[in-house]
Amino acid sequence: MDTHETIPLIVEFTGGLEMLFSDQRKHTLQVPAKDDKGNAVTVGWLVHHLCEEVMKDTRKELFVLDGHVRPGILVLINDADWELEGEASYVLQPRDNVLFVSTLHGG
Amino acid sequence: MESANASAEALRKQIVCTEAELARLKLQLAQVEAGASAQETDGLSIDEQSASPVTKKWPLLPEEYKRYGRQMIVPSIGIQGQLKLKESKVLIIGAGGLGCPAAAYIAGAGVGTLGLVDGDEVEISNLHRQILHTSAKVGTKKVDSAISFLKSLNPHVNYVPHPSHLTPQNAEEIVLNYDLVLDCTDTPSSRYLISDICILLQKPLISASALRTDGQLIVLNSPPLPAGDPAGGPCYRCVFPKPPPAESVVSCGDGGIIGAVVGVMGVLQAVETIKLIVQGKLKAFADPNEVRDGKTNPASMLLFSANSSQPFRNVRLRTRRAGCFACGKDSGLSLEGLKSGNLDYVLFCGLASSVDVLNPEERISASDFRDLKNKGLLVDVREKVQFDICSLEGSINVPFSTIQGKTFGEADVGWIPQDLPEDAPIYVVCRLGNDSQVVTRRLKEGGFGHGEKRYIGDIKGGLKAWKEQVDASWPEY
Repeated sequence: MDTHETIPLIVEFTGGLEMLFSDQRKHTLQVPAKDDKGNAVTVGWLVHHLCEEVMKDTRKELFVLDGHVRPGILVLINDADWELEGEASYVLQPRDNVLFVSTLHGG
Repeated sequence: MESANASAEALRKQIVCTEAELARLKLQLAQVEAGASAQETDGLSIDEQSASPVTKKWPLLPEEYKRYGRQMIVPSIGIQGQLKLKESKVLIIGAGGLGCPAAAYIAGAGVGTLGLVDGDEVEISNLHRQILHTSAKVGTKKVDSAISFLKSLNPHVNYVPHPSHLTPQNAEEIVLNYDLVLDCTDTPSSRYLISDICILLQKPLISASALRTDGQLIVLNSPPLPAGDPAGGPCYRCVFPKPPPAESVVSCGDGGIIGAVVGVMGVLQAVETIKLIVQGKLKAFADPNEVRDGKTNPASMLLFSANSSQPFRNVRLRTRRAGCFACGKDSGLSLEGLKSGNLDYVLFCGLASSVDVLNPEERISASDFRDLKNKGLLVDVREKVQFDICSLEGSINVPFSTIQGKTFGEADVGWIPQDLPEDAPIYVVCRLGNDSQVVTRRLKEGGFGHGEKRYIGDIKGGLKAWKEQVDASWPEY
């Protein structure tokens, strides 16, 4: 078995979150299919991975707060609220689109 | 030729007869309709009705048929939809970048009553996006400015000004008599309050927001079933149970906003308003005998990003949250509790703490800075787009965004000139005097003061203070 198998993902940021990710809205990523315990990777794993590996900004608290995605950020898996998909435990599939939306308040 | 003339003559006769028959039928119809409306309304006899040329036999005024004709002939509206619009009472909370375009289209469409809530006055910085206000109205109440525009747009609507901000104390009284609410406000605390009162009073809520080049639209509490009914539409708290940290909330004043972008969102709110009214979705009744098969009504959110290759994107959100504080089975909300101040929305959402990290001796006033002989290095930490608008002579630009969120090692401060003497001071300036404090502190912590050799400080009050104390001609944006 290939332990270095990867899966392709599209990760997008909007509502100002892109500023924390090098001002880039759309990121095409290859992530390992399994985490270091050998389990299939989940969205929860992806959030941690983005925070540690992709985000250059040091203000991690604007993305993850107390171990959870910060309040005011919606996570959408293939355009559906992740709460409809099992939240952080959702197992990532090849070519999934994961969108992080920071709510806006201006009017 | 003879036979052709004869057949033409016959046809003419037939047309005259048919027209006479048509006129007779039209009169009959009018009499029947007038009779029906007379029975419903004022009891006038058919004879009295038909004696007057301007009768009340039509439900709209003649001018209204012309005014609304172009939307009434759209099949999804029709005369029935127009009459529903005329019966409806819509409340717009916030007469700003969202509320202005929303109000213009909703008034134009011919609702019966349109209420506007806003405690603010018109400022010149509003005018690029708040299209109901004009330059001449700067300084007047936004609700008055908006209503004077709307009256000239459509005098057939009953306009109700509410010239104050929505509070837990006045919310019930203001919202109670309307059918539907538009959240056109700009802070999280008002968004939670509006959602809560809409749950308590069972009003559908159309909520939108915008910043820079992006906007978001969501229809909440639709259908507006009582708290605890899982078939009702989710509320703002279902989608956002916890408010965002105050530090992460950016206003239009700080982040900027394109007028047309927030305008798009306000117009979309008007579209959703007209849809809910015309489709008869303003009220929902829980029918105990109805078999629902566990049917629920999830919300969706429309995202607009002007600069994206896919500017509009619709995402599916959740249904009502069973344990929601507001609309769940064990709702903690009550009108009495709200009014008595049990819920502190400002506290719930928090306030961004004002920046106060420097000691008085680490700060210099704008006028003292002007009088300095050795100004050393002046670092302006506003974003480049702001620096490009105006900057102080001799200052260099190091945007705050390139400093914050980065580790502050020696490598990051290549902008300090190599030949700057170790005892030459560094002054930091920004728009209002907040970010400049943060940068000053970090420079000192980074050891760039070379012990006590170099003075590092910020200009207190930023460029706003510079305009007030030194240069009245400074462009304030």
